[in-house]
Amino acid sequence: MLEQIEGSQAVAKAIALCRPEVICAYPITPQTHIVEGCAEMIRTGAIQNCEFINVESEFAALSVAIGSSAAGARTYTATASQGLLFMAEAVYNVAGLGLPIVMTIGNRAIGAPINIWNDHSDSMALRDAGWIQLHAETNQEAADLHIQAFKLAERLSAPVMVCMDGFILTHAYERIEIPDQAQVDAFLPPYQPRQILDPADPYTIGAMVGPEAFMEVRYLAHDKLLQALSVIPEIQQEFKDIFGRESGGLFHGYRMEDAETVVVTMGSVAGTVKDLVDELREDGAKVGVITLCSYRPFPLDGLRRALQGAAKVIVLEKSLALGFGGVLAADVRTALHGRDTHIHTVIAGLGGRPITRKSLARMFARVERGDLKDPHFLDLDLDIVRREIDNQRSQITAGPIAENILREIGPCGPKAV
Amino acid sequence: MVSAAEMLSVAAFLEGYHAQAFPSFGSERMGAPVVAFCRLDNKEIRLREPVMTPDALIVQDPTLLHQVDLFNGLDTRGYLLINTRRSYRDLGLGDYVKKFPPHHISTVAATEWALEYVGRPLPNVALLGAFAAMTRRVTLESVVAAVRQKFPGKLGDGNAAAAAKAYDSIRTN
Repeated sequence: MLEQIEGSQAVAKAIALCRPEVICAYPITPQTHIVEGCAEMIRTGAIQNCEFINVESEFAALSVAIGSSAAGARTYTATASQGLLFMAEAVYNVAGLGLPIVMTIGNRAIGAPINIWNDHSDSMALRDAGWIQLHAETNQEAADLHIQAFKLAERLSAPVMVCMDGFILTHAYERIEIPDQAQVDAFLPPYQPRQILDPADPYTIGAMVGPEAFMEVRYLAHDKLLQALSVIPEIQQEFKDIFGRESGGLFHGYRMEDAETVVVTMGSVAGTVKDLVDELREDGAKVGVITLCSYRPFPLDGLRRALQGAAKVIVLEKSLALGFGGVLAADVRTALHGRDTHIHTVIAGLGGRPITRKSLARMFARVERGDLKDPHFLDLDLDIVRREIDNQRSQITAGPIAENILREIGPCGPKAV
Repeated sequence: MVSAAEMLSVAAFLEGYHAQAFPSFGSERMGAPVVAFCRLDNKEIRLREPVMTPDALIVQDPTLLHQVDLFNGLDTRGYLLINTRRSYRDLGLGDYVKKFPPHHISTVAATEWALEYVGRPLPNVALLGAFAAMTRRVTLESVVAAVRQKFPGKLGDGNAAAAAKAYDSIRTN
């Protein structure tokens, strides 16, 4: 049924349709509305045969999820930002044990300085933990990806993070087609665990593995994610067959026919980029967009093929590897290794800084003129940055940087979004 | 304010629009300034940037008028609705509002009506009633339906009455 609904509530409804058996989560902005929605549906009986387990922290949330998943229950949790970091040890364990847990990440910056707004630092920090990471472009896709995620996780016996931009998606109301139960039941079979902890038939999961076997076990975990490169498009097609919608897959191309300049990006900002690309196309520019849905596994070969005709690639990302540069950009450079494509890194939207068409258009113009420095930081106030660098250099007791910058900027109203 | 944008998007959805509502939180505490946005269109809305040049601005808390640059980006061909009993001159807006077409600016005593009909100082629903009357982009019926969806039962009745009161006050003005 078509509904005008908050992204978080749509995701909660999608989770409910997947017939989860255990949900355990600890609330953290901007994920809270999702788990509140799930808890409410369990209370009212809208989700049957499911236990919501209250826990004292994110570390406990994922640890409980490990137990319930290993005991054969379809298990869901959600977190964001520091919450994901707090459960980091368990994040690796889930993947190492091959447990098909689905977890939503309401993408949010990581402190310090504390910041509740959106960027991709959190899921990026755990990108190599062995989880499949899918990024939603819209709330429709966020809802759909969760339904796909359980199928994907259980087919491969591997965990899946569904990443959706905090606030921009989690708190946005828009029209979403909420599937009906019969469709989801037809798409998603009951969970058949590949391994199960059963007191009646005991065996060990999680044994210590020494140098004699660790490489092989790790290689198999890597191989499992590489298998996902073919399973993800299969599931995308199976989803389309039942629901009639294009959702998920490895990546989506937009106006890629004859595109000479291509933006590669992830998440909700793709919508803004598409609007701008339409404008630029009207002026005759040959531009296109690729929105990555699967960040892990990373579709190196697919991306290399899709970018064959591109002379310039702009990687627009909401993440920054301190002391290195763009995170996604490094992956894209690997995909395009050996080609003479001009690759630009554009870091944008950190800590919720709005990414506007106006700023993107200015950046595009500089790319076309060939005078964009790499990496480029969209809308960075260089004057303030330079003054603070001087300040820190000139006095040993210069004080805390974040607070100095806040003083420079002055009282900041809600319009300073 | 966030609920108002959400309910406006639901009202618009009920009339067949594509609608997108989203908040921008200043900080996570009660009383902090909050901006919420709503876009209406006849096609899919892909844009995710904040609304920087609104066609209409609803000011729920007039004490913010001179603390924050509220009118930055508001076109004087647009609409301005302020929750207050005071005059534009009193608010220091005497010259500013002269730039707008006469039926594009309004003040309503939304907080008082909320107190009267709902019993709590939550003016957002009354403001939506006034907004519907002023802009005619959505009907009062759709606003009321959206409000009842958000607040079922008695709370919905009170809010619906406050919205109707505000709607009538603009229409008879």
